[in-house]
Amino acid sequence: MILLTRKAEFSAAHYYWNDAWSAAENERVFGKCSNRNGHGHNYTLEVTVAGEVNPQTGFVVDLKQLKDVMHSQVVDVYDHRHLNLEIPEFRDRVPTVENIAVSAWERLEGRIPGAKLERVRVYETPDLYADCFGPEGAR
Amino acid sequence: MKVTFTRRYHFSASHRLDCEALTPQENRDVYGKCNNPHGHGHNYRLEVSVRGPVDHATGMVMNMADLDAVVGSSVVERFHLANLNMDPLFEQDVPTTENLCRVIHRLLAVELPPGKLDRVRIEETENNFFEYAGEAIRGER
Repeated sequence: MILLTRKAEFSAAHYYWNDAWSAAENERVFGKCSNRNGHGHNYTLEVTVAGEVNPQTGFVVDLKQLKDVMHSQVVDVYDHRHLNLEIPEFRDRVPTVENIAVSAWERLEGRIPGAKLERVRVYETPDLYADCFGPEGAR
Repeated sequence: MKVTFTRRYHFSASHRLDCEALTPQENRDVYGKCNNPHGHGHNYRLEVSVRGPVDHATGMVMNMADLDAVVGSSVVERFHLANLNMDPLFEQDVPTTENLCRVIHRLLAVELPPGKLDRVRIEETENNFFEYAGEAIRGER
């Protein structure tokens, strides 16, 4: 089995807020990230797929197809958007880097032709990232 | 969903690779320049990964501020601008980055909530890095 990883970037705004809590509690837990005016990041999305090398093409997956799926399902949806205000899954899900990785997994799962989704990694900054391995993940 | 959260930290430290059980010549043969008598240093890049369910209320595996506080007080403050050979944790073991990786894993495993620590990864330079996920966890893979 071979693992193959493709990278893409998107830029988006967000803030952290839980409607069930008071403003003071939101500020205590989320700190500056709870500012309702929001802030933004340049995110990097890394999608790793697993599969066998096709003996005829030498591919695990057609990279163009993988790129198209990553863009149509995630990058084009999230890029230059406010995640809390414009993306349906973040209406009741705080758009932390963990939840962005989970949501990107859910958007990609089952849509990559010929290969199994192995890992979705989302970098919020170069010093901070989350990995989602799916419900049946290796970990 | 299986999710891990990783944060990167930086510290700079010196070390010298020298094993007491070996002769001076053997140490030079094994460790090369790393055995030079007065030591040398690196800007280490440390990645700490924690795992667990994403808490529905916070959207987090673990609050980053809490992780920063634990890693800061038990690892970065201890090793930043220090000589690793002088640390009691390296009284018995050569401070290779393999051993540093294990030592940091051990320090963090007792400070973090049980079962939270997933993996420790250290880059000694851009071109060499080391990972340790604990013996029990490795066995499960």
